[in-house]
Amino acid sequence: MSEKAKPLVTAAWLLFLVSIPLWLDNAYLLHVLIVTGIFIIAAMSLNLLLGYAGQLSLGHVAFFGIGAYASALVSLGFKVTLWPQWALTVEPKPVWLAMLTGMLAAGASGWFIGRIAFKVRGAYFVIVSISFAEVVRLVAVNWVELTQGPMALNNIPPVEAFGFVFYRKPANYWLVLGIAIASYVLIRRLVHSRAGRAMVALAENEALATSVGIDVTRYLVLAAVVSATMAGTAGALYAHYVRIVDPDVFLFIYTVTMVIMVITGGKGTLAGPVVGGLIFGLLPEGLRAAAIAPEAQWIVYGALMVLVVYFLPQGIVPALKKVRG
Amino acid sequence: MIPILQVRNLSVRFGGLTAIADMTMDVREGEVLSLIGPNGAGKTTAFNAITGYLAPTSGGIAFRGKSLKGMRTDAIALLGLVRTFQKTSVFGGRSALDNVLIGLHLRARQTPLAILLGFPYVEREERELIEEARKILGFVGLGKREKEQASALPYGDQRLLEVAIALAAQPKLLMLDEPVSGMNPSETAGFMAKLAEIRKLGITVLLVEHDMKMVMGVSDRVVCLSQGRIIADGTPAEIQRDPEVIRAYLGERFRRVVGGNA
Repeated sequence: MSEKAKPLVTAAWLLFLVSIPLWLDNAYLLHVLIVTGIFIIAAMSLNLLLGYAGQLSLGHVAFFGIGAYASALVSLGFKVTLWPQWALTVEPKPVWLAMLTGMLAAGASGWFIGRIAFKVRGAYFVIVSISFAEVVRLVAVNWVELTQGPMALNNIPPVEAFGFVFYRKPANYWLVLGIAIASYVLIRRLVHSRAGRAMVALAENEALATSVGIDVTRYLVLAAVVSATMAGTAGALYAHYVRIVDPDVFLFIYTVTMVIMVITGGKGTLAGPVVGGLIFGLLPEGLRAAAIAPEAQWIVYGALMVLVVYFLPQGIVPALKKVRG
Repeated sequence: MIPILQVRNLSVRFGGLTAIADMTMDVREGEVLSLIGPNGAGKTTAFNAITGYLAPTSGGIAFRGKSLKGMRTDAIALLGLVRTFQKTSVFGGRSALDNVLIGLHLRARQTPLAILLGFPYVEREERELIEEARKILGFVGLGKREKEQASALPYGDQRLLEVAIALAAQPKLLMLDEPVSGMNPSETAGFMAKLAEIRKLGITVLLVEHDMKMVMGVSDRVVCLSQGRIIADGTPAEIQRDPEVIRAYLGERFRRVVGGNA
């Protein structure tokens, strides 16, 4: 592809993506696309930590869930007793403010995890991040006064902005698409900058990175905060789209799904999580449509994943780049 | 004039093992000072202590009059003290150009917020940085290899790339840890010429090296360490005649071969 054709191809892709709800007359498929889009945003955020800064956060779903819960709670309003005589009451707030709170809460927990990652690296960081997600899940299950526990937070209001309610699926689709594109642009800016290079340097060779003056802690924390905020945004979108949040949003399987999307697509590439996300997000539906027996669907899913990882260990996007030359 | 680097009574102990004992030396602005000595003498340990990779047990280090006590490596680099590593150390998965761009970290002014918000100056600065990185790659002689992945470069070129990365960090004092180990004689000769050019840029050089032809050829002064102690300090000619240095490190053969025509 020549340099001149690139913007045209990008524009054609965008046009195609934007036009989907106009001709896709299938509410269920649109729903699948919306949920896949939300997961792609989360996978892109994981890619920043895993693919660029080189830190495997196996508790990434914690940021997603914290974003979902914080946003849902602020939009619904809540009352908790923090001390026997002291209760905190929050009245229901507009959804945009709630989502902002969700992003901030996720970002703050990202800061916390980033600081920890400075102390523990490698396998230890993986364990700490898994434990973090598990602890947050247990809080969501057991702090019934705040989270309703397994009864879930219900009737979460849909996104509303400038008097427009994102109630129907096409509106939600465009909202998710817009935020996904914004996330992509933000990550691209970061990656092609001094900050992104510092993250890569940290992943590649930490001793050398510090020797040329890179404050690795600072950039690790930056990666974690941006990544967590983005995952929290995805979580908030999820909460106001499906309009119910229960502690299952913290399940380990969701982190695994994000990792699969990033690894198969190509970690450390911009398009990787998008490609991996589309394939492994839409695959279960495709298999169902192909009328494969339900018990065989996940076997096919797993087999395909193993094949991709085995034959394209760098991921699909780097493999395609190599083929092109 | 104050020496650019002052090491005072520096000691480093690992448990019961004394790696460096009471080391005192100065590096003067603009000179090339070589640190020689047998393996295990404490040369690399001294490098690590000076650049903040490990905390000295006792003693002090000052760079341009400022104490480095308790400072992290990246903060020390910011002051202008940059080192390379004994074992080849590049950002292997990235292109040669990217390697030098990473080295230019301290020269860039862009902040995380400006980057995320896409301020126009960020892109302008990126273009300038790429120009600068190409210049540095050209300087070390890797101009034609900018697109190649660092780990795929021949060994000698990787060593040059390391120096390019260090130069990108704008050192005032460049510390090279065995830069020509593994290079063939013609590559070593090329590197010596490069070192003379680096010197002309006003960069002071502290060198650890086993290649005596190079050490004697490029150094203004030589310090010899043995078993953690400085046993000699002088010009290359003085060091070659020093009986202590010959006994501990150079060997009798050296006196006959090189020392004879010195």
